[in-house]
Amino acid sequence: MLLRTKLFGETHEFGGITELLAKANEEKSGDQQAGIAARSASERVAARLVLAEVPLGVIRENPAVPYDEDEVTRVIDDAVNETVFGEIKGWTVGDFREWLLADTTTADMIRRVSTALTGEMVAGVTKLMSNLDLIHAASKIRVSAHCQNTIGLPGTLASRNQPNHPTDSVDGIRATLYEGLSFGSGDSVIGINPADDSVGSVSRLLDMTYDVITKWEIPTQNCLLAHVSTQMEAMRRGAPVGLVFQSLAGSQKAMDAFGVSVGLMDEAYAMAQKHCWTAGPNYLYFETGQGTALSADAHYGADQLVMEARIYGMAKRWHPFQVNTVVGFIGPEYLYDAVQITRAGLEDHFMGKLTGIPMGCDACYTNHAKATQNDIENLAVLLSAAGCNYFMGVPMGDDAMLSYQCTSYHDAPSLRQTLGLRPLPEFERWMEDLGLIKDGRLTARAGDASFFLQR
Amino acid sequence: MTTPDIDAIVQAVLRELRADHGGTTGPTALAGPATGDGLVIDLPDPTTEQARRTIGVQDPMDPEGLRNLCAATTARLGVGRAGPRPRTASLLLFQADHGVTQDAIYGVVPEEVKAPLNLFTVSTQAADRAEYLLRPDLGRLLSAEAKTTIAERCTKSPDVQICVGDGLSAAAIESNLADIYPVIDQGLRSAGLTIGTPFFIENCRVGVMNDVNTVIDAKVVLLLIGERPGLGIADAMSAYMGFHPEPGKTDAERDLICMITVHGGTNPLEAGAYVVDLVRTTLKHGASGVHLRELTSATT
Repeated sequence: MLLRTKLFGETHEFGGITELLAKANEEKSGDQQAGIAARSASERVAARLVLAEVPLGVIRENPAVPYDEDEVTRVIDDAVNETVFGEIKGWTVGDFREWLLADTTTADMIRRVSTALTGEMVAGVTKLMSNLDLIHAASKIRVSAHCQNTIGLPGTLASRNQPNHPTDSVDGIRATLYEGLSFGSGDSVIGINPADDSVGSVSRLLDMTYDVITKWEIPTQNCLLAHVSTQMEAMRRGAPVGLVFQSLAGSQKAMDAFGVSVGLMDEAYAMAQKHCWTAGPNYLYFETGQGTALSADAHYGADQLVMEARIYGMAKRWHPFQVNTVVGFIGPEYLYDAVQITRAGLEDHFMGKLTGIPMGCDACYTNHAKATQNDIENLAVLLSAAGCNYFMGVPMGDDAMLSYQCTSYHDAPSLRQTLGLRPLPEFERWMEDLGLIKDGRLTARAGDASFFLQR
Repeated sequence: MTTPDIDAIVQAVLRELRADHGGTTGPTALAGPATGDGLVIDLPDPTTEQARRTIGVQDPMDPEGLRNLCAATTARLGVGRAGPRPRTASLLLFQADHGVTQDAIYGVVPEEVKAPLNLFTVSTQAADRAEYLLRPDLGRLLSAEAKTTIAERCTKSPDVQICVGDGLSAAAIESNLADIYPVIDQGLRSAGLTIGTPFFIENCRVGVMNDVNTVIDAKVVLLLIGERPGLGIADAMSAYMGFHPEPGKTDAERDLICMITVHGGTNPLEAGAYVVDLVRTTLKHGASGVHLRELTSATT
């Protein structure tokens, strides 16, 4: 294989597909830390020039981790629709970009091609796309799913109500949940990150959230973001689980660092279908994020965009209700500043949609990243324009448990009212019936947690 | 009655006066000169616990109930809204809390803090703050110059080597070092232990303890280091202790006292006493971290 180009008279040559993909990637501190990033801005563009000429079939033949060594690679490759793949394997990555952007390419056409894509193909085309390319192409793709309500419909924007508490106080979490509901947050899920991963504590919070959902007849689902094995045990003991959660990573070794495997997730998926109290058919919730494979020393020389795209390819296996990247959580050694976090958020959302999963985003940052609340508000606007399914809702964007900042309870209604978007339809009707929203706008009663002390 | 109490009552009365104007849509003008002549703006600190607890919801359905909800968590509840957006006071409080984290991370520990304790300064291999944030591995290694300086100036093979590092918060060192250091120093001396020559490490990560001990060869290395600032608490310090650290040792082989701050954590004077106690236990058992916990749980 010869992968070479001249640029401004200088020759640039690349050793293989994995190296080429890494060097074509937008600048990321994690790739630099791994020593695989382009050494100059012109080398980066040279890599893209070459990548644009690589046929999709060649990318499939050169996965980041070999098929025989890695179950993530196997899950993705085994799921490829060979008929559709036969039609597209001769397309170059550059052709693929233009096809995605063409006005004649419809959402349904893209969804069909999604069935033939591997993570490396998805990441490859993403590297050739500018930020507005990513927004425009993603806006064409809607991936909806159903659990107790319907997420991902055109014109909707949902919000995960994330009422975390540093010590899992039931009263503290309920109070925070009420505050969020009063702003219209909670249509994607009422999802809590527990401080204590024990079955007892997790079950207690599942009971409480289920009680609130039942008492107020809220068309939504609950979820405790504990390790999947904890949730499985809670289900065995009869706890009311709405969605089953797990964080995923892009190689078998990285999955191992999270204490999960494809087999365990298959088991969890089967249990969810058997035990969840919700209607389904989509019962799973996944979180991801660029850099996790590198931090587990399980990236195999591949860049963090490729490893992220592989997660989406695998996640499709379990027909999730929702998937989000936690884009700025990992810290500046992987995504240094607002420019990198913004880019990664747009990339991940696009890649998820192109893969065919219902994609949201935790637009967030830590205090040692070069970013502020303004930057993630910007990202949320860009992603809303791109048709992002949901964001997080946290009191004033300040998570009391996870020590990071993300979007506020205020942000979903602000984005909805600014951009003409609506809550999920079942949830909006519920809010209307309670008098918290009218014609898509919050009423005078909204934003007051004590509203929910009436019942 | 203390001043903050009076301020809170005044604020509450003003809020009620505004609420009485129920029908008006514009901001309520308070009596005062329209020109800048004679204008006095002299604000109380919005970051006091009491000020943080101010309810921002206008005309709540159940005011007493809302206060109880807000009291149930440290999350920023009951903030209210301006249209769909946050109200001005809660927006600015958030910005203040984030601002203080940035000042802490990008701050430099001043010489006035180091001088009274005779701390000289060395650097890790991270050349500046940006590289420090990008390359945690470099923050765990001393520069060649640092190793030479330490070799020249420090006593070798003491019982305890004390190091101070900026970590992710210069403010943590500024706020707590003067209180915690004498407690540790005197406590260890009265226990009859030998203490090495202390120094300060710039652009420092916890793992630098291993590299330090390749030069010093102490029985115990103690590192006082600034923690990653949380929103609103930017000056928390951690004390890490390791029995005979050496390259390859991890956090599993270290003990840690974290959240040392007068702002809602362990008071530095109190923390100093814990440190002395822990160092003595470490030396007694000749172990730290998981290994120490195994040994002490076996004997108690």
